[in-house]
Amino acid sequence: MSTIYDPYAATAESRETTEGRVYTVTGSDWDTVLSGGADVGEERIVVNMGPQHPSTHGVLRLVLELEGETVTQARVVIGYLHTGIEKNTEFRNWTQGVTFVTRMDYLSPLFNETAYCLAVEKLLGITEEIPERATVIRVLMMELNRIASHLVWLATTGLELGALSIMLYGWRERELILDIFEMVTGLRMNHAYVRPGGLAQDLPRGAVEKIREFGKIMPARIDQYVDLLSENPIWTRRTKGIGYLDLTGCVALGVTGPMLRSAGLPWDLRKHRPYCGYETYDFEVPTSTAADCFARYEVRLAEMRQSLRIIEQALDRLERLPAGPVMVADKKIAWPAQLALGNDGLGNSLDHIRQIMGTSMEALIHHFKLVTEGFRVPAGEVYSAIESPRGELGFHVVSDGGTRPYRVHVRDPSFVNLQAVPALCEGGLLADVIAAVSSVDPVLGGVDR
Amino acid sequence: MTEPISGRSGMFGVTGSGDTSGFGGLVVRAPASTSTPRPYGDWFDEAADALERALPDFADAVERVVVDRDELTLFVRPDRLRDVAQVLRDDPALRFEQCSSISGVDYPATERRLHSVVHLTSMTYRRTIRLEVAVTIDDPHVPSLVEVYPTADWHERETWDFFGIVYDGHPALTRIIMPDDWPGHPQRKDYPLGGVPVEYKGAQVPPPDERRAYA
Repeated sequence: MSTIYDPYAATAESRETTEGRVYTVTGSDWDTVLSGGADVGEERIVVNMGPQHPSTHGVLRLVLELEGETVTQARVVIGYLHTGIEKNTEFRNWTQGVTFVTRMDYLSPLFNETAYCLAVEKLLGITEEIPERATVIRVLMMELNRIASHLVWLATTGLELGALSIMLYGWRERELILDIFEMVTGLRMNHAYVRPGGLAQDLPRGAVEKIREFGKIMPARIDQYVDLLSENPIWTRRTKGIGYLDLTGCVALGVTGPMLRSAGLPWDLRKHRPYCGYETYDFEVPTSTAADCFARYEVRLAEMRQSLRIIEQALDRLERLPAGPVMVADKKIAWPAQLALGNDGLGNSLDHIRQIMGTSMEALIHHFKLVTEGFRVPAGEVYSAIESPRGELGFHVVSDGGTRPYRVHVRDPSFVNLQAVPALCEGGLLADVIAAVSSVDPVLGGVDR
Repeated sequence: MTEPISGRSGMFGVTGSGDTSGFGGLVVRAPASTSTPRPYGDWFDEAADALERALPDFADAVERVVVDRDELTLFVRPDRLRDVAQVLRDDPALRFEQCSSISGVDYPATERRLHSVVHLTSMTYRRTIRLEVAVTIDDPHVPSLVEVYPTADWHERETWDFFGIVYDGHPALTRIIMPDDWPGHPQRKDYPLGGVPVEYKGAQVPPPDERRAYA
C-alpha cells in the first residue's frame, strides 16, 4: 500500500539531483510547509500556484521561481478547463454550434455567439440581409454584456486585492444585467440567443423600459466605484506601476483589448474594422498611457460609460424601428422555431406546432428537415473578428459545403493575452503577480475552450 | 469553383427520390485549388503588388492567391512562410504588425492534408490577410513564426497539440491544452470523438460522430 500516492498527504521530502538538493513540500498544514523547508539554505524557491487557487482567476496554474519575495521566472500552464468545443462543433449542425461557443468565454457569451454567427453569415453571404432590428439588438446585448464582464473583472480583482466592498458592488450591479438577460433570452448565461441569420426572438414587452432603468442607475454606480477606488491609497499602491507592459510589448505579444489601450493605442475593432453597424454609433475609445494595472482599471471603467452611451443609442433606434422580424427572410436558413412562454418556461410555441402539424404538410417537412439536417453552407473559409471585453475575439470558420462546420477555430483574446503574464510578473514581487494576472482579465473557459 | 471530394451528394445520399426541398443539391467539396485571376479588387491588388515588389521570387514563394468573400488568402510554400511573414510585417506598404491567430485545418482527402492557417492584421492599414501552408502528414514541418511574431508561441503550441504540425525553430514546442502524455492529435479528422450511446425514452441515441451525416 505504501506505493499509492496520496496528493493530499502532508509531505516534506528532499532528494539529491544534479541541480542540487530539491525539496518537495506539500500539505494543507502550514507548520508542515514551514518545517519542511526549514533547512533550505538558499532563497531560490519554485512555487506552484494553482490550478486550484482562489486568486488565479480560474483553473490557471502559475509556476513561479522566487528569489526571496521577487519573482525571477514565471510560467503559465493552461489546459485544465479544456472541453473540446472546437472539435464538438464539427459534429453538430451550424445552428447548434451557437450553444457550444456561448460556453467558451462564459463571461461574454453574447460576444461568442455574435462572432460565430457573423462568421457563418459571412460564409453564407447573407451579412447584408440580417434585419436591422436583429443587428441593433445584438449591439445592445453585447454592450450590456461588456458592462457585466467588466463588472466581474472589477469584483474579482477587488476580491483578489482585498477590496471586499467593490466585490459586492460589482456582483450587485452585474445582477441587474443578468436580470435583463434572463428577461430577454430566458437564461442568465449561455444564452444561445444569437443565431445564424438573426436572433432566437425579439425583445419581450417591457425589456426596453427595464434597460432604460438600468441606464439611469448605472452612471451613479460607476461614480461610486471611482469614489471608492481611484484615490484609495491601498488600491493605487497595489495597482500603480504594477504589471507594466508597454505598447511594443503588447503588439509583439499580440495583446489586444483594454490591455493594449492602457498602453496608449486606441485600437478597437468596433472603430477600426466595424461590424454590426458600430460605425454609426457615437462613442469614444478610452485610452491611457501608464500601461499598468491602474491604467487598465481606468480604461475598463471608462469603457463601461461608453457602453452605456451605445446602449442609449441602440434603445433609441429600437423605438424608432418598426416592429418586424429578427430573423433573415430566407426560409432555407431561418431556424423555424417560434418561442413562447409556457407554464414550464420558454419553449416551442404550441400555436406554431399546431399550425405546422395540422395545416401544412410542406411546413412540417421543411421544419423537420431544417431541424434534423440543418442548412448547408457554401464551401470556403472566413475569419471574422469582433471586440470582446478582453480584446480581439476571432472565429476562423471553414465549411466544406455540408450541414456541419468543417472546422471552427477560436482566437480567444484571453488565450493570447495570458502569454504576457511572464512579461508582466518577472522582476516584480510575488504579491504583485496577483494584481498583474487579474489585470489581464483571463477567462479560462475561453483560454482552454 | 471547387472539386467534389466525396461521391455522396444530395439528401441522405439518395438520388431520384423526388426531393422538392432544395436541400439535396449540394455536394461535399474540397478547398479551392485554383488561383483567383487578377484584378482581385478592393485593396488586394495594392497589397499583392507591394508584396511582389518586396519579394523578388514572389511566384516561387506564393503558390496561389485566392480572393473569396472579401478575404485575401496567400497559399505559401511551407519553407518560405517565414520570409513572406517577415516581408509582410516590415514592408512600409504592408505593415502587418500583428499576428492575430494561427490555426490548423485537416483535409484528409487531399495529399498535403494538414494546413496551418495564419491570420495577420495590419493596424496601420486596417486590413487582415490570411497565409495558408499545406504539408503532408509524413513530413508535417512548417517554419515557426515566433521570431517574427512572438505571439505565435502559444498558437503554434496549440496547433502542434491538436494537429501534429511541427513548427521548426519554435523555442519549446510542447503540448499546451492536452496533458503532456496525451497520445495523438485530437483535432485531426481521423481522431475519434469518443462518446457512448445514450438511452433516451427507450431508444438508443448514438454518440455524435456516429450519427447520420447529411452530406
